[in-house]
Amino acid sequence: MYIIFFMIAVSVSVAALFLGAFLWAVRSGQYDDDYTPAVRMLFDNETVADNKGKGQTDAQPRA
Amino acid sequence: MEAALQTNVQTCYHCGDSCVDELVLADDKAFCCAGCKTVYELLEENNLCTYYNLEQNPGISGKAQASDARFAYLDDAGVETQLLNFRNDTICKLTFYVPQMHCSSCIWLLENLFKLNTGISESTVNFLRKEISLTYFHQQTSLREVVTLLARLGYEPAITLADTDGKKIQSQSHTIIYKLGIAGFCFGNVMLLAFPDYLAVTEGLQRSFGSFFGYLSIILSIPVFIYSARGFFTSAWEGIRQRYINIDFPIALGLISLFCVSLYEIITGTGPGYLDSFTGLVFFMLIGKYFQQKTYDTLSFDRDYTSYFPVSVTVLKDGKEEATAVRNLKVGNRIRVRNQELIPADAMLLRGQAMIDYSFVSGESEAVEKVAGEVIYAGGRQVGESIELEVVKEVSQGYLTQLWNDGAFSKKEAHSVETYANTAGRWFVIVTLIVAAGTLYYWVPRDMDMAMRAFTSVLIIACPCALSLATPFVHGHTLRVFGKNKFFLKNTSVVETLAKIDTVVFDKTGTLTELSAAEISYTGKALTAEQERRILSVLRHSTHPLSQRISENLKDKPLPVENFKEYTGQGLSGEVNGQLVRVGSAAYQGIPADKTSDNLKTTVYVSLDGVVLGYYTFYNVYREGLRGILQDLSDKKIAVLSGDNNHEEDRLRALLGEEAELVFNQSPVQKLQSIQALQEKHQHVLMVGDGLNDAGALKQSDAGIALTNSVTNFSPSCDAILDATAFGKLSRFLAFSKKTMNIILATFIVSLFYNVIGLTLAVQGLFSPIASAILMPISSLSVIVFATLSVKFVAKRAGL
Repeated sequence: MYIIFFMIAVSVSVAALFLGAFLWAVRSGQYDDDYTPAVRMLFDNETVADNKGKGQTDAQPRA
Repeated sequence: MEAALQTNVQTCYHCGDSCVDELVLADDKAFCCAGCKTVYELLEENNLCTYYNLEQNPGISGKAQASDARFAYLDDAGVETQLLNFRNDTICKLTFYVPQMHCSSCIWLLENLFKLNTGISESTVNFLRKEISLTYFHQQTSLREVVTLLARLGYEPAITLADTDGKKIQSQSHTIIYKLGIAGFCFGNVMLLAFPDYLAVTEGLQRSFGSFFGYLSIILSIPVFIYSARGFFTSAWEGIRQRYINIDFPIALGLISLFCVSLYEIITGTGPGYLDSFTGLVFFMLIGKYFQQKTYDTLSFDRDYTSYFPVSVTVLKDGKEEATAVRNLKVGNRIRVRNQELIPADAMLLRGQAMIDYSFVSGESEAVEKVAGEVIYAGGRQVGESIELEVVKEVSQGYLTQLWNDGAFSKKEAHSVETYANTAGRWFVIVTLIVAAGTLYYWVPRDMDMAMRAFTSVLIIACPCALSLATPFVHGHTLRVFGKNKFFLKNTSVVETLAKIDTVVFDKTGTLTELSAAEISYTGKALTAEQERRILSVLRHSTHPLSQRISENLKDKPLPVENFKEYTGQGLSGEVNGQLVRVGSAAYQGIPADKTSDNLKTTVYVSLDGVVLGYYTFYNVYREGLRGILQDLSDKKIAVLSGDNNHEEDRLRALLGEEAELVFNQSPVQKLQSIQALQEKHQHVLMVGDGLNDAGALKQSDAGIALTNSVTNFSPSCDAILDATAFGKLSRFLAFSKKTMNIILATFIVSLFYNVIGLTLAVQGLFSPIASAILMPISSLSVIVFATLSVKFVAKRAGL
């Protein structure tokens, strides 16, 4: 039964790690803006070829 | 996507406005103005047309493009250092507030700025705060270039005098989240450790591990006691120091007794303690606090005059224009102020036709004409052509600044709001102590041990947790409901203030009236269509606001005008088809002063070939829904305080009824005093205003609502900001606040019911840790659910 001491010690430390991770995330500002990242991830990295059929897919400005 | 639809009016591909005045075509797409087209071409050239694919017509209208020269002041090293957050030898970082952001296209474009200016290394948007954080290489580009680029795209950052006063350190407070996280962590683990106690079958487990579990629970509860629950203790202590019992006092009492009894039980080995209830309670109450704390980050409720002033002004030096920071204006400088710009400092008019719109400062609805040599006070807005002035006082010495720093305006509000929760809390303490004393009195002669147990459990169970949860949750939801309807409160206590309101005071100009519109009526000999057209043709040539208002109302194609002349302060003349048209004041038309109907009304006379035909009179246009609001507010006293003259008195009387108090020609300080006078009669005053001239009154009133046409734009310091489009719902908001107070009462009754059950158990000495572990979370959760659902239900019923 003494395994219980050990198990509880392990479970509490794992939980404490998660708590630490949570506090760190809050501290580093990850919860400051809960809207913009959700929109940002939907943007394509490549520019979409526009309707005029300029089939350019690279983001280089045309000289 | 072809924007060239087969309709009569095309919409702009860039901003979505209809192309009424002009139509610019480029790439088979229609644009409403050259500004929009320029932006489109810039994006097209850099392959950034994704902007148009994410949303329909995402752009910001480029009609009001001003010259880029106005950003010259940003080259000033002093201004730059005040705006930057960070600078080393290669990069600069800073954050701008961009109120025009409104959709995902905006986010996309603003985060792709580096494609337009290679000197910008990174730009990150925070959409909720409408902020953009920029990093740029200052060897490759300059602050001015960055701002100019933003402005050219239509996202001009709002840089006001307040920003240059010093860096705003806007660190969001994370404390409440830390407290919540720690309380949640400890609550979960303590509850796991307490589990064997809940189940009778684990008797053996309890014997062998009981003390270990107990001590571990204590270790886990200490951070909750010391850190998470600290707010309740300090608040209760503050209350006691002011000889005042608030809601936090019984909470603190309950928490301390819970903790101490648990410590005693565990250390002496007499029982498992109540630490699971203790940590759980703190956790639930912190959720309530967090809920109440969520505010509108993007809105600023405490502004002073510096938030309205521009940062730079055009100074004329040896015939050259240069942009200078307003801070550096010296007496004697010559400045140029263009159409729709604010006069930054008290100055004397040197050249040009000044039509100063003081509506924001004094509440006068009509622009005031000034002639050369007159002093114009800061805060006025020039309408019409650009003018030249000579500064006579520095910004910090000006009339407006002094008005602002007037003691009456900066009065700190003595907040002794007797909230529901605090009153309930006081009764709670009294009743609890009586019951506790009663149990002692009953048990001491019979069973000393039992007496101690019953006494402490009464203190524990009577913890008014549910009571303290009701208010934050109901108010928090109310704030959300209001926010959805474009009514933003500074904090939750405003809800209670609104519920008590019995007197509503309105400002007139800009609050009851629409600033952008004026009704015009014509009195005199009827005009033929041809005559009207001729008058209009002459009016079209003038930039005078009155001329523009009349010509807006006459819809016709103008005719060519010859010999057009404008006489400052008097009127216009011009020849159309050989007929002399003169438009102007009575004096200009040669009408003797005693013949004019009313000196207070603004009138414009018209004459053709020297024969006066009649005159136009200007009336204010009242906001839509005003009548409905006034009917709904009929149970309250209504008053109007206006800085304008009383030419609208009869119409207001008709609108507001005989009971209403109408006061005109009020200076800002007089407005404040009127509010004070009402308050001395023990009335709860709500002030609704929009301008700087209402600022003092808004502050003085029990609740001040600033009405604004764009929420992120101008608003004097206030308790709540109301978007002008939602003005028609004002009476509903007030009624809803009243209803929410009833919901709080109902929630109190629900929590009282739990307390009665708990106390009956407690006085009999039957209150065990298991009973507390079950009763406490259930009562907390059910109160939260009840509050949430009832606010939603009432909001639906009220149509909010």
